[in-house]
Amino acid sequence: MKTFDYVRPANVRDAVAAASAPGAAYLAAGTNLLDLMKGGIVGPNRLVDISHLPGLDRIEDLADGGVRIGALVRNADLAHDRNFARRFPAIAEALLSGASAQLRNAATVGGNLLQRTRCAYFYDPDSACNKRDPGAGCDARGGDNRLHAILGWSERCIATNPSDFCVPLVALDAVVEIEGSTGRRVVALESFHLLPKDAPERESVLEPGEMIVAVRLPAAAAKFAAHARYLKVRERTSYAFAVVSAAAALRIDNGVIAEARLALGGVAMKPWRARAAEPVLAGQRADAALFRRAAEAALADAKPSGDNGFKIELARRIVVRALTLAAAGTPERMPALPASPFAVVSGALTHA
Amino acid sequence: MSTSTTMTVNGVKRTIAIDDPRMTLLDLLRERLDLTGTKKGCDRGQCGACTIILDGRRINSCLALAISHDGADIVTIEGVARGDRLHPVQAAFLAHDGLQCGFCTPGQIMSAIGLIKEAQTDNDPERVREAMSGNLCRCGAYQGITEAVLEAQKSLGIADRREVA
Repeated sequence: MKTFDYVRPANVRDAVAAASAPGAAYLAAGTNLLDLMKGGIVGPNRLVDISHLPGLDRIEDLADGGVRIGALVRNADLAHDRNFARRFPAIAEALLSGASAQLRNAATVGGNLLQRTRCAYFYDPDSACNKRDPGAGCDARGGDNRLHAILGWSERCIATNPSDFCVPLVALDAVVEIEGSTGRRVVALESFHLLPKDAPERESVLEPGEMIVAVRLPAAAAKFAAHARYLKVRERTSYAFAVVSAAAALRIDNGVIAEARLALGGVAMKPWRARAAEPVLAGQRADAALFRRAAEAALADAKPSGDNGFKIELARRIVVRALTLAAAGTPERMPALPASPFAVVSGALTHA
Repeated sequence: MSTSTTMTVNGVKRTIAIDDPRMTLLDLLRERLDLTGTKKGCDRGQCGACTIILDGRRINSCLALAISHDGADIVTIEGVARGDRLHPVQAAFLAHDGLQCGFCTPGQIMSAIGLIKEAQTDNDPERVREAMSGNLCRCGAYQGITEAVLEAQKSLGIADRREVA
């Protein structure tokens, strides 16, 4: 690992100033960053430790009915916050389907949004990667790419965003509060991550020195609590990234879907809001044929980036399954295997 | 650069010089404090052999920078027995053959102690397996590990869970 200067600012303003220098990086828990530094994938010359900054570790109910999650809230703390999990069950389920208990105890909300792709070629300094080394090429294109992107990819990069948390967040219209040298701005999570296009090295709208201070959910996001699920296909039962995942949230009035939200994970370099599928569902009665039509709409633009054509049909089926589970109702208790297609959900529904 | 940090490790306050900011909590425990019970397996957060209790929660010590954790309260495998009296989780691992070669065992035990404090698993083997998925065992002693965790959390009881480490 390359060495670095370590600085610990006392407040957000000092942090932004310290991190604005070229080669600086923020350190929160470091669960992804240290791994990348040990592998020689990134080598910041300065770490700005924000893990001790006051006031960023709170989950606050807002006056307008929304909720504000500080950037330093730990993944496990958010998932196990009873009030939060009751109102946003698919987000809690997504969090608990990610990583391991040890990592969830350390990893932060802001860090989750900024975690890097798990593309094996990005992680291998001896492979060509336009994300690591712009212009170097992409060894994933002709390599082992069965887990790579099927939406929004470019000739330069076919990697995917590994976050589970971001998938229900983007479905539920989360926004990101960002602090920079010129003040605070708010960006919709849907616009926060950038697709690779010609510049895969740029992964988010953050400017140098800008820092995520919070994620906010609007009051309307809680209206889906009775019918909200996250479903994630993995290559092993637990502690694995998504091959494909889906967050489905429905608001059902008198047996009719009044409003639907759908997003996909593991399919693109950003959490993928499947906006085209949502109007297909609205105003309809839940049934398998309807869900299949929604899935077709969600994947209409999908195309293989390599040996991964199977992911398109897999994603459609996961969409159908997630919508079916959401329509059946949010389970009263978190399933033993959160988000697993193999989990048996028994017992009463939370909001029946 | 050189700086020093003060931490409570297994109940004892320790002041340690940190001459390299790259030092992880794992390396600090092993190389500076000779607490080699905490194992370095993958050193990348994948195997769980380095699991410790940091400020009451189980974490991977290989992915935590020591310099960021001054003032921390750390419990390692060396700190869980009371003299010759094993911690109930240690005793359960022995009783249920929750190990073969033993390399992963300190991490498994610290992870199980964290799991019991978290109180999310009931007496459900499926929940226990899921909550222990961050600890790999190359010998495949998972059956015994699961039984040991189930017995330990039963014997400790809900009321005692906050006191387990």
